[in-house]
Amino acid sequence: MTPTNTPTLKDAVRYGLLSGLIEINLSAIGFILLLHQRELVAGAFTMGHLFLFTAPIGFAYLLAKKTAAHSRSRVLGYGAIIGALTALPLIILVFLATAFDIRQFLLNISPDLITLLTFGQSVVTGSLILLAINVVLGMLSAALYLLPPQWRKMAVSGLAWVAISGTFSEILLGRLRSFFGRGLTDLIFTGKSLNPGFAVFILVAGALYSYFSQRRHARKEAEGDRSDATVLSLPIETINKIILGVVLLLLPVLLGSYLTEVTNNVGLYVLMGLGLNIVVGFAGLLDLGYVAFFAIGAYVMGILTSEGALGLGMGFTFWTALPFSVLAATLAGILLGMPVLRMRGDYLAIVTLGFGEIIRILALSDMLKPFIGGAQGVLQIPKPSFFGIDLIQPGQLYYIILACVLLAWFISARLRDSRLGRQWMAMREDEDVAEAMGINLVSTKLLAFATGAAFSGLAGAIFASKLTSIFPHSFNLLVSINVLSLIIVGGIGSLPGVVVGSLILVGLPELLREFAEHRLLMYGALLIFMMLARPEGFWPSEVTKRELHAFEEQHQPGTSSD
Amino acid sequence: MLILKATGVTKQFGGLIAVNQFDFELPEGKIISIIGPNGAGKTTFFNCITGFYAIDGGIIEFDGHIINSGEDTSHPIHRRPDQITHLGIARTYQNIRLFSNMTAIENILVGQHRHFKTHWVEAIVRSKRMLQEEAKALEEAITLLNFVGLQGLGDQLASNLPYGAQRRLEIARALASKPKLLLLDEPTAGMNPNETREMTRFIQHLRDELGITILLIEHDMKVVMNISESISVMDFGMKIAEGTPSEIQRNSRVIEAYLGRGAAAQA
Repeated sequence: MTPTNTPTLKDAVRYGLLSGLIEINLSAIGFILLLHQRELVAGAFTMGHLFLFTAPIGFAYLLAKKTAAHSRSRVLGYGAIIGALTALPLIILVFLATAFDIRQFLLNISPDLITLLTFGQSVVTGSLILLAINVVLGMLSAALYLLPPQWRKMAVSGLAWVAISGTFSEILLGRLRSFFGRGLTDLIFTGKSLNPGFAVFILVAGALYSYFSQRRHARKEAEGDRSDATVLSLPIETINKIILGVVLLLLPVLLGSYLTEVTNNVGLYVLMGLGLNIVVGFAGLLDLGYVAFFAIGAYVMGILTSEGALGLGMGFTFWTALPFSVLAATLAGILLGMPVLRMRGDYLAIVTLGFGEIIRILALSDMLKPFIGGAQGVLQIPKPSFFGIDLIQPGQLYYIILACVLLAWFISARLRDSRLGRQWMAMREDEDVAEAMGINLVSTKLLAFATGAAFSGLAGAIFASKLTSIFPHSFNLLVSINVLSLIIVGGIGSLPGVVVGSLILVGLPELLREFAEHRLLMYGALLIFMMLARPEGFWPSEVTKRELHAFEEQHQPGTSSD
Repeated sequence: MLILKATGVTKQFGGLIAVNQFDFELPEGKIISIIGPNGAGKTTFFNCITGFYAIDGGIIEFDGHIINSGEDTSHPIHRRPDQITHLGIARTYQNIRLFSNMTAIENILVGQHRHFKTHWVEAIVRSKRMLQEEAKALEEAITLLNFVGLQGLGDQLASNLPYGAQRRLEIARALASKPKLLLLDEPTAGMNPNETREMTRFIQHLRDELGITILLIEHDMKVVMNISESISVMDFGMKIAEGTPSEIQRNSRVIEAYLGRGAAAQA
């Protein structure tokens, strides 16, 4: 950050080699080729290309950022060096692959990959093209930093819009076609991807959007200095809320059944995330066995309502069983809470981890097989019905999940801003001091565990009835880790962060199904990136301003939240 | 009237006797200091009073309640720190221990914990009673913030405040519980002479204005001699002297504890 250690040629070489290493790795594991199947712009640019050039572009930009104050030629030169050094190992790979049969060692270096890397040309010409493109991109990316910030933002915004709409072009195509018919989609798409003309249109539109939003922002800031901003922004906020509400209500119609199904999965994770957010985010109790409550909620729902052999047959419906599911999970939360009251940090994490595994293994066990079905699970769980209408469509279930998420959100927000919320946060910050402030740690901890478990049990109950059958393997450790990761990615302790995290970690992988085998790789990369670049999460929780609120007339500098 | 009475308090950590048969009396409305070399057991004694440690021997009584008593007594009692806070003891720490990711106001609001009556269910439905309570608490918190001279800094994260302000915020947080007895563990540690003078005045002000009894651990002798009405000296967990500042200054055992036997002979 500090300009005191300005990058030298050595740094440029280091970055370049690193970038080359990343690209050759991604190529050798078959990732690039897999991504190549998804075209961003028809006939011109695929996601494979995007990832092939991500590293040199990123590294060149990073280095330019550190060099910025110095001469332009040096910035551009470093960009070129990084580009060239990225291309170098790839070119060596191309030559090796054509000269020897290295596929017996590296299975994924297929002729298709070589064709991709050489752009369908001969080895020598192709290598030169690859080198040239990398060098040019490195320089362009470095040059990006030399632009004034306004232009830079516009360029990045335009490119990002193209990348995003290209990535999801197939989905976009499906939705647009069902609303506006073939006439429009034929204009925009070629095959399943964007046609080049429209890609340029999106690029320009993205840049313009960025331009206008920057202008609006600047204007707002200028006004904020003069007049009271809260009075002005109030109606805008209400309008935004109304729009959001309408969109949420119409979402199943807008998205169609497949995307609504994805949204439902995201919703269940949001529900779990909100629960774990109370335990980990607010109260600072690291719980790695969170899936246990989800499982308990699901199994109670399953046993109570199942029409199969394992069902109790006591005439429970989804709605009458729901309170029992939540109650059972809550009780389990308290039961788990009691023995771990005295534990902190790592110890707590290990014990809760064990608890999660115990529940899963119990569900699998022969001992409980007569009651909960062991590995065969509980089958024939009815879907919920609402005044005689069976809610079979994802679009119908969506509203149940939405209602539960809103309820959980509401409770979380209210508790966070109350005395209990402050008790949790004080406990998270320093348990001993919190106790010395008169806070009863036992009840405070148990309340956190119980509330968190209740939300998770609710999610589990809906999950059971949504899938109509449950199996122990649905409740493995990975679910707990997923929920924890989405909280971290979104921003610990932040409610909108939970939604953002779920969209990224649950929604995105669903939309990128064909890359499922590399899902964990992307996961890991994302988490590392987050910890390095944005440890507070994508949407960190805000600092509540109370004193400012109490004395509106007092003028004082705001707290910097970044 | 005695507000705090400790008789024969003993606290052991394995083989180490940190506090040894310590007797201590604190009359209401006084400012009394405990001094002694590093490792003498002063902070351990604080931790026994606030219930952070269960004591091994002796009795500590506060305001007519036995708050901590050792196994040698007929009914060993160990009240938890939160229970003791509810009786009216508050403390600050030697190395500042604020809730650093909460704002200054929030820190004070946590300190007010024992005066909140509403249930968390009321927080969800936002009952009128709960809203009134919150509004009143916020008002009091702001008053306290101004009292310790931190007005305008209430929405800053505690970790972003300058050192002196953090010290004062910690005292404000302790005061928020409206204690009868305030334990201050080295309140002027790390302060420059100016800040120290200000803090000394502030502590006197606390007692005179709010009528709070104050027990102080302090290394700065100027502060100790200035504001204490009585001083207890600890060494190796035992009380070696007690008396007014001028008596303590002349006490040969105290000089010996601080400077060593040879120096004491020369003095």
